[in-house]
Amino acid sequence: MATKEQQTIPVSVIETPDISLSSKEQQGIDELISHSPQLAGITIDALKLIQAERGWVSDASLHALSLYTQIPVADLDSVATFYNLIFRQPVGKVVLHPCDGISCDLMGGEHIRQCLKQQLNITAGETTPDNRFTLIPLPCLGACDKAPVMIANKQLFENVTTDELPKLLSTFNEVS
Amino acid sequence: MNQTLPHNPLTRFITDDESCWSIEQYQNQGGYQGFRKSLTLSQEQLLDTLKESNLRGRGGAGFPTGLKWSFVPRGDDAPSPRYLIVNADEMEPGTFKDRMLMEKTPHQIIEGLLIGAQTLGASIGYIFLRGDYYLAEKRLTKALQECRDANLLGENILGSGLDFDIHLHTSAGRYICGEETALINSMEGKRANPRAKPPFPQVAGLWGKPTIVNNVETFCNLPHIIHFGPQWFKDLGLNDDAGTKIFGVSGRVNHPGLWELPMGTPIRDIIEQHAGGMRDGYTLKGFLPGGGSTDFLVAEHLDIPMDYDTISKQGSRMGTGTIIILDDRYCPVAMVLNLIKFFAQESCGWCTPCRDGLPWAQVLLEKIEHGEGEPEDINQLEELCRFAAPGNTFCALAPGAVEPLQSALKYFREDFEAHINQACCPFHDKKRQGIDETGTPCIKGSGGDKYEQL
Repeated sequence: MATKEQQTIPVSVIETPDISLSSKEQQGIDELISHSPQLAGITIDALKLIQAERGWVSDASLHALSLYTQIPVADLDSVATFYNLIFRQPVGKVVLHPCDGISCDLMGGEHIRQCLKQQLNITAGETTPDNRFTLIPLPCLGACDKAPVMIANKQLFENVTTDELPKLLSTFNEVS
Repeated sequence: MNQTLPHNPLTRFITDDESCWSIEQYQNQGGYQGFRKSLTLSQEQLLDTLKESNLRGRGGAGFPTGLKWSFVPRGDDAPSPRYLIVNADEMEPGTFKDRMLMEKTPHQIIEGLLIGAQTLGASIGYIFLRGDYYLAEKRLTKALQECRDANLLGENILGSGLDFDIHLHTSAGRYICGEETALINSMEGKRANPRAKPPFPQVAGLWGKPTIVNNVETFCNLPHIIHFGPQWFKDLGLNDDAGTKIFGVSGRVNHPGLWELPMGTPIRDIIEQHAGGMRDGYTLKGFLPGGGSTDFLVAEHLDIPMDYDTISKQGSRMGTGTIIILDDRYCPVAMVLNLIKFFAQESCGWCTPCRDGLPWAQVLLEKIEHGEGEPEDINQLEELCRFAAPGNTFCALAPGAVEPLQSALKYFREDFEAHINQACCPFHDKKRQGIDETGTPCIKGSGGDKYEQL
C-alpha cells in the first residue's frame, strides 16, 4: 500500500494579500455580466476565470470577487464548494485526473491510480512537496472505449499503461 | 429516391479527417438543409412533425420529445424569452456518446438548436457542456463562430426574421447537473440541487421562463427528422421505437466503441458483431445496458432488442444505450462498490435516502469486499435499495444509483455470499496471484491485504 503521510501546505501558498481583482480579471467579469440575464448567472464562469488566473480560489479571492460583483461571498462559496473542478485549496502546476469510473476500473484503472500514488508518493487530493503534481481522480471521463484514461493539463491520455507512466510524468517535469 | 435516404443520419457526415467539423464540409454534405426547410414551416407543423416522429429523449429517460415540447407556452402572449438548453454534461458512468457527437459533428447540434428555436420561438440557446470536455469545447466554440459569420446565428438569420444566439457554458463537474432542474439551478448560479416539480421547466425554467432541456443526441436527430420526414424516421427503428441510436460497449470486449444502429438492434449483435465479442479468456457474466444507473442484465437477455420498452420489461432501462460489460474475472461486488461510491460522492445532499443511504451502502459494500461482511449486511443493502426507490427521493439520482446494486444482489448473490463465507474477495485473491493477465499488470510489491481503491 502506498504511504499516506498527510502533507502540510507549503508556506509559500498560504494566503497572499491578493485581495483585489486585477484589471484583466475585472474586464473578464464585466464581459460575463454583459452576457448574463441576471448577475448570479456568472458565478461558475467567474470562479473559473479567477482560478485560471490564480491557480485556485482562495478565501481572499472569493472576497475580492464578492466585493467587485456584489454577489454575497456565501453564495459564491456555496457554488465553489459544490464542483469537482473548482479548487478551494492550492494545487500543483500539473493536476492529474486519472479516471475512476467503472469502465476504466474494468480495464485496470485502479492500477494506474495506485501506480501514480506510488510514483508521486502522495494520495488522492494531495500535492507533491515540490508543487509539481496534484492528484485528483475524477469520475467517468467519457472515453470508455479508450480505458483506462487520464486527463492532465487539459489533455486526455488514452489507453494508459503503468509502464508508460514514469515517462509521461517526466514529460510534464520538462515543460513545467 | 429511397436509395438516397440515409440509414445512419447522426453519423453519416463523420469522416476520419479534420474536415467533418467545419461548416463548409457540413453544408456541402447537406447540413443545415433541415433548418432551411424548417423556415418554410409553421410552428404547429414543426411540432406535429416532431410528435409524429415518435422521437424519445436520448439522455436516458426516453420521454417523448414532441410531447415535452408541446408543454411550452406558444403564441404572442406567451412568456419570453424562451430558452433552449442542450444537456451536454455527459457524466453517466460508461457513457461516451455525446463526446463523440460534439467532437465530430458540432454543427449538427447547432442545427438542432436552430430548429428548436424556429419551433418554439426561442431566442437564446445554451450548450451546458461538461467542463472536462476540452476538445468538444474548442470545436463547439469554433463552430458557433462559423455560424455567426455565416448569419446562421444572430439577428434575422438567413433573412427569415428569426433572432437566435447560442452561448456555450462549460460546467465545473458534477453529475447531478445532468438532472434538468439541477442544471437550471446551476446556470442561475445556485448550488445544483434539483427543483420541485411542478412547475416543469417547459413552463417556468431558467430565470422563470419557459425552457426546454434535451440531450445532445436528441437535438442531433432534429435536422434529419425535419429534412427526411417523420415516416422515414419511424421506419429506421426495427420495432416500435423510432430512429437510430448511438450504442456503445466498454469493458473487456475486443473492440470497445460506438456505433449508430437501428433502435431495437439485438444486444447480442451489438456485443458480438460490433464490439467483436469478449476478449480471449473472458466470458460475459452480466452487463449494464445503458450506463451506470441501470439494472444488470445477464447472458439470457442477450437476444432481446435494445429499445426503451423491451429493456424496461426485462427489469432494466436502456438509459444512454452504452453497455458496460462485467466479465467473469472482475469482482461484481467491486463493480457495484465503484458505482455506489460514485453516486454517493455525486449526491447533491438534498434528501436523506440519497445523502445518507448511498454512503451507508458504500460502507456495507466495502465491508463485504474487504472480507469483513456479515450475512445481515445483504439484507441491509436490500433495505437501502427500497429506501431509495422512486417516490422516496427528491430526484432520480438515488433510484438510479441502487439499480445496479439491487440487480447484482439478484443475479450475483452467490458472489456476495462467497465474500462473506470466505471472509475475503475471491476475485481479488486470484488477481494477486497473477491470474489476471490484462496488459496492465498488478503493482508488484504493493502489498496490502485489502482491495484498495483510490
